[in-house]
Amino acid sequence: MKALRALAIGAGMLLAWQAVVSLTGVAHYILPGPVRVARAFAANADVLFAHAFVTGTEIALGLLLGCLLGCVSAILVASFPPARRWLLPVLVVSQAIPVFALAPVLVLWLGYGLLSKVAMATLIIYFPVTAAFFDGLRRTEPGWLDLARTMGGSRFRILRHIRIPAALPALSSGIRVATAVAPIGAVVGEWVGSSAGLGYFMLQANGRLQIDTMFAALLLLALMSVALYFSVDALLRLALPWQAEDAGSTLPESP
Amino acid sequence: MPNDITTRAPSVRLHAASLVYAGAPVFDALDLVLPAGRTTCLLGPSGVGKTSLLRLIAGLLPGAEGKAVDDDGSGLSGRIAYLAQQDLLLPWLSALDNVTLGGRLRGESPGPPALDRARGLLARVGLAGREDDRPAKLSGGMRQRVALARTLMEDRPIVLMDEPFSSLDAITRYELQALAAECLAGKTVLLVTHDPLEALRLGHQVLIMAGAPARLDTPLVPVGQPPRDPADAGLLALQAELLKRLTQAKIDHGTGAP
Repeated sequence: MKALRALAIGAGMLLAWQAVVSLTGVAHYILPGPVRVARAFAANADVLFAHAFVTGTEIALGLLLGCLLGCVSAILVASFPPARRWLLPVLVVSQAIPVFALAPVLVLWLGYGLLSKVAMATLIIYFPVTAAFFDGLRRTEPGWLDLARTMGGSRFRILRHIRIPAALPALSSGIRVATAVAPIGAVVGEWVGSSAGLGYFMLQANGRLQIDTMFAALLLLALMSVALYFSVDALLRLALPWQAEDAGSTLPESP
Repeated sequence: MPNDITTRAPSVRLHAASLVYAGAPVFDALDLVLPAGRTTCLLGPSGVGKTSLLRLIAGLLPGAEGKAVDDDGSGLSGRIAYLAQQDLLLPWLSALDNVTLGGRLRGESPGPPALDRARGLLARVGLAGREDDRPAKLSGGMRQRVALARTLMEDRPIVLMDEPFSSLDAITRYELQALAAECLAGKTVLLVTHDPLEALRLGHQVLIMAGAPARLDTPLVPVGQPPRDPADAGLLALQAELLKRLTQAKIDHGTGAP
């Protein structure tokens, strides 16, 4: 049923796209129709997949690094109140600088290769992950903490056995947001300066007025992002089965 | 079971306890004694400070004055188990892992003896075969049974209970009251409740807390041993008496409150 609906939505969007092209008679170098794009895709499949692999690697590494750094920072800030006073303002200020504005600097410092794009993706992911996880760590059910204190738990063990597991649903929403924005970081990095990747390929195609090829790259990027999002979502659901159970437990108790 | 200083049920003494909340004294120079190995029930209108008093004894109320000690004047840290109105089960742990939580929080390795004991306690509260179920799969009554097993697993001589049965339906509550009375016999227990019949069923003595700042009435001591039969005529007469006192306390509290 779900797969059928997804297919129907996809077909509907393709139809609407073709309808706009047919009805307005727009030039193919402004908006190519789906058939033209599909042909361009088939003609450039090898090159497209090679560039997609580069962009995919950048996104995956950025996601991994950003989530890791975000988790470590959130745990540090949540477990040492003095760290909170010093680190939180830095975090907020760092987010006030638009990450896109940093892209040229990152390319200057880290070069045209993989590193500057991974850094972009990491930077853009770091804040949502840190903020969501920290929020979860701060909002532990007070009753659980009272119980843990009467049981004689140390601060570290309370963090490990209660506060961190309790914050995992919040962390997983942060990771979902991060997964959705990670491709932005990688592609912006490629636009500013690179020698490979879908963003680079799109700029090249655009420069040569191969708009149908550019749209083929855009389509592939969109498919990759959607596939990534749904795989991460499925993994998170698998990792936290009790979250779904908990949300579904609002059924009235037997009388 | 070892019968040394840490497991023997002591009496609990609280002297000159004071708490100020939002500029008004909740209680002031309050004295309380929980007799050793007996169940004391604390009744009173909502908002009078019953839960605060229980939390003070548990060491969970940092803003208050006064410290609960045993007959020798030593602190109670490490000798208290706490059972709240919410079951406070961790939703990501199975019933068995919830029961053995205390050991993990203290860094004790969960060896086979501890696991066997936890399984035994779950069986004792009527949950044999449900060890691997997460709380979401259990009914409210079952969850509170797991919480009771977790409290028993701690094996502390003092047990503080804050309206542990109030969110349950009447039949489940009735069953759990009897089970708790049986399991907690011989421990020094403080049970905070708003149900006079529950207090009379389970308490060796019943205290009424009322007024602002709150005071404690002279203890009422029902005859016989808990758990008492709720159909007993004497008990019903006492319940009527308690209801009268509580109504009076509520009126006083209403006029005395800011």
